[in-house]
Amino acid sequence: MINKFPFKTLLASGALMLALGMTACNGGAGKSGGNDSTSDDNTLLGAGSTFVFPLFSKQFDEYNKQTGLKVNYQSIGSGGGILQLTNKTVDFGDSDAPLNDEQTTKMGAPALHIPMCSGAVVLSYNLPDVKDTLKLTPAIISDLFLGKITKWNDKAIAAVNPGVKLPDMAVAIAHRTDGSGTTNIFTTYLTQVSPEWTTKVGKGSSVNWPVGLGGKGNAGVAGLVQQTPGAIGYVELAYAIQNKMAFAKLQNKAGNFITPTVASTSAAGNIPLPADAKVSISNTDAADGYPLASFTWALIYKEQNYNNRSADRATKLLKLLWWNIHDGQKFADSLNYAPLPPAAVTVAENILKSATYNGKAILP
Amino acid sequence: MKSNVVSYNPSLDQSGLDKPVAFVKPKVKTANRSSKQIWMENFFRKALIVIAVLMVILVLSILLTLIVQSMPSIKALGVKFLWGKVWDPVTDTYGALPFLVGTLITSFLALIISIPFSFAVAIFLGEYYPDGWLSNFLKNMVELIAAVPSVIYGFWGFFVLVPIIRVLEAKIGAPTYGSGYFAASVVLAIMIIPYAASLSREIIRMVPSHLKEGAYALGATRYEVIKNVILPYTKSGLLAGILLSLGRALGETMAVTMVIGNSPALPHGIYGIFQPGNTMASVIANEFTEAAGSVYLSALIELGLVLFLVTVVINVLGKRIISRFTND
Repeated sequence: MINKFPFKTLLASGALMLALGMTACNGGAGKSGGNDSTSDDNTLLGAGSTFVFPLFSKQFDEYNKQTGLKVNYQSIGSGGGILQLTNKTVDFGDSDAPLNDEQTTKMGAPALHIPMCSGAVVLSYNLPDVKDTLKLTPAIISDLFLGKITKWNDKAIAAVNPGVKLPDMAVAIAHRTDGSGTTNIFTTYLTQVSPEWTTKVGKGSSVNWPVGLGGKGNAGVAGLVQQTPGAIGYVELAYAIQNKMAFAKLQNKAGNFITPTVASTSAAGNIPLPADAKVSISNTDAADGYPLASFTWALIYKEQNYNNRSADRATKLLKLLWWNIHDGQKFADSLNYAPLPPAAVTVAENILKSATYNGKAILP
Repeated sequence: MKSNVVSYNPSLDQSGLDKPVAFVKPKVKTANRSSKQIWMENFFRKALIVIAVLMVILVLSILLTLIVQSMPSIKALGVKFLWGKVWDPVTDTYGALPFLVGTLITSFLALIISIPFSFAVAIFLGEYYPDGWLSNFLKNMVELIAAVPSVIYGFWGFFVLVPIIRVLEAKIGAPTYGSGYFAASVVLAIMIIPYAASLSREIIRMVPSHLKEGAYALGATRYEVIKNVILPYTKSGLLAGILLSLGRALGETMAVTMVIGNSPALPHGIYGIFQPGNTMASVIANEFTEAAGSVYLSALIELGLVLFLVTVVINVLGKRIISRFTND
């Protein structure tokens, strides 16, 4: 009895578990995702960018107080947000970069990009003996991050910083190691200003860095910069302001050296926008705009009737986003996000009005 | 029995003849198992089998998931993936070699650093001071090392260890990165000490005292007893402890990510171990959230598959080494 192995039980349980295992696999691929998570009609679901999360949580909290509508936003990263919207498990996504071709194809249906606010990326450095604010040009930044400028007293840096005593110190580069929208904004900018960067590195949320150390998150990069004399790295403006880090003035397209602030970031978006708002505002044409900036976009399907969604739910979503680009904007400044310039609000309004339910416009 | 004597009552004595019989009968019955007991016995045995099988199925389905999900990457990149040196999400070029090398370097270097400490702790607590409050205190402290969440080691490594290593590097003339393979190995070494130490201590305590006493009777010193009796007797157990800690080191993610410098470059030159590097686990953790392209995501999952297989291979090899040592 003891030696007789019960093969029947083993086989039966084995087959059952294998079946369960396979189902779990499919679940992982997200194809079987139903409408279970969206059953509560008074809760909207969103997912995406971590960058915009502090602003969204403030805005959604206020909106909840005013209307009673709950918004559950998971800050899992832009890529994750896009994936969840593609799988139709959330009502809206949020991305720090417009959808690329592959993502658009996978989406299956047209998606709308609604600018929510803009953010800037600053170059923070650690030069203990330099008291003045350093000025940098696009060419210098690209050469620094390509590893071509290796000393702080390089001629190119000295040329744009007359009167600043630059130390004979090795440059240490710090970059984000986790895939992030911040990296995307920074590398997109570098591809716009440097042909060499475009061919050697390119743009993306993670790239193959020619030089430097990687830190995890804004805090990781900030830590590397603060620990290493001679280090330079990029972090979000909001993070740099909150942590009182030293950051450089950057020369924009018009030739002006711009200090990164909420106002100069907002100004960067004050340019003629295309109707779909899928535009990079880095390397902006605006004369007073800080060039290293980007919108963050909420993403929704243009046709809101999918997966048996109710018209009520679609209307709630559209009203929420409408509120975000109007009343919600006043919370941006205090959290160091740049509010949308008036021109961008108009474009965003038109995009929201183009959303439909069964082919009919949802907003009047 | 005693209570029976005390509560002796003649009125009950009348049924005294029946009572023993009434008591004996159930005793006979308990010797025969009731159908409920048999059912319970079968149920318990089957439950054990189901749970055991469940574990096997779980591991296999993890493997299956990894293989299925990494197919796009395997199709696009082929076996080149294993020895490619470039990891470039922009051009969809993925090579796992720098991360594979990084995982192996940090794990084995950590093992080499930790072995003297874990064995010293094990011998001290197992042989010299097996009992007493000091021993208990030390034992709990060592076990606490294993209980501290890894992100805390990451913090400590980043804010304390890395600056110290930077000073060290400046003294010996190496490039002063601070973060790198060496920093990651030291943090890992500290994290894995308790795994080998706890197991080794238990095994050293289990050495039969007649063996040790025999050696002492022959005039051996304590060091000689440890060297010639305890260590040879316990070597397979000590190896098992090392294997356990190696397994821990291979998969550690958070603490390593925070101190390794995250640069996908192979070490070269005499100061290679001070260079920034990367491991498979930390690349996956870092890039997974924003991996937008399908080949990119799949390449990360394939990296997970490689890590899984490396762990399996090292475990199997370790088991064989242990059994060979035990047979000798």
